[in-house]
Amino acid sequence: MTRINLTLLGLVLALVLLPLILPVTGGLAEPFAGADGQAQDAVTQTHPDYQPWFEPLWKPPSGEIESLLFALQAALGAGLLGYYLGLRRGQSLSGSPALRGTRRRELDDHPQSAATDAPD
Amino acid sequence: MHIMEGFLPPLHAAAWTVVAAPFLVIGARRIARITREQPQAKLLLASAGAFAFVLSALKLPSVTGSCSHPTGTGLGAILFGPSVMAVLGAIVLLFQALLLAHGGLTTLGANIFSMAIVGPWVAYGCFRVARPMGLGIAVFLAAMLGDLATYTVTTGQLALAFPDPASGYAGAITKFGGIFALTQIPLAVIEGLLTVVVVNLLVRYSGEDLDGVGFEHRLDTAGEAAR
Repeated sequence: MTRINLTLLGLVLALVLLPLILPVTGGLAEPFAGADGQAQDAVTQTHPDYQPWFEPLWKPPSGEIESLLFALQAALGAGLLGYYLGLRRGQSLSGSPALRGTRRRELDDHPQSAATDAPD
Repeated sequence: MHIMEGFLPPLHAAAWTVVAAPFLVIGARRIARITREQPQAKLLLASAGAFAFVLSALKLPSVTGSCSHPTGTGLGAILFGPSVMAVLGAIVLLFQALLLAHGGLTTLGANIFSMAIVGPWVAYGCFRVARPMGLGIAVFLAAMLGDLATYTVTTGQLALAFPDPASGYAGAITKFGGIFALTQIPLAVIEGLLTVVVVNLLVRYSGEDLDGVGFEHRLDTAGEAAR
């Protein structure tokens, strides 16, 4: 499974890097602009009379603060996900008393099959 | 897929909020039931929300030369059913609307409908249909197509509100689709791949939690054993 996951993560990395390497932004006024903002611009282009009728209650005062909050959002999510996976991994490997998992029973019943990995 | 604050006419904004509201109520009741009846699943539920938190914070470059982000709502939809994601997705969208000026309160209903309702339901449906093809393939298709569905809905929402003066609704769909849906294709593939990685880890280390929520992750091995 580890090999499969590493391959998948490698593919993800390639998909992220590809647009940065390929000359896809040739002729674009603003390379890698956000799609949300582009949609906003498209609206104002075809409907110049449209007035947004509500403003955000609070805006990050600078791009730095905005990136801080985006990083915080990602960190909170990744932290919790990592905590959960690490906790369950530790429990499934150590056989702690709290553990009543099927994998543990598998290990007890078939120690030889546990040596060769569970099929993915 | 965030429609910016104030960028839907009041009537549209209100209509999407009304459409999204019952899904939020059903989702909140489902979450309350899960936490009451399966307290051991709470951490997995929080992790599904955390996955949506990470993925929707990642603005990634696309081959169209613009940037967009995945949604991360497919994972929770296939683990817990689509209704819980209405609430988890709404939390993500509210965080971004209030702290990042990304999306908005007036457009929250529309954004919840695309990212936290249609995306998860499409992901869930795809997973059910594709499950016999194998776990990995089903998870990949579910997360990828759920992601694409979200951006397709945003395209439709904007086209409905802002039809092109010359070419009407069709022209507006082409225009907003070029901005959203096309950009999203490689990003949807990325979301599909990352969701498979997380499900692989869950199957390996968290089988008990998956059994607890009734996630069908064992069919493959059973099928192989039978053959």
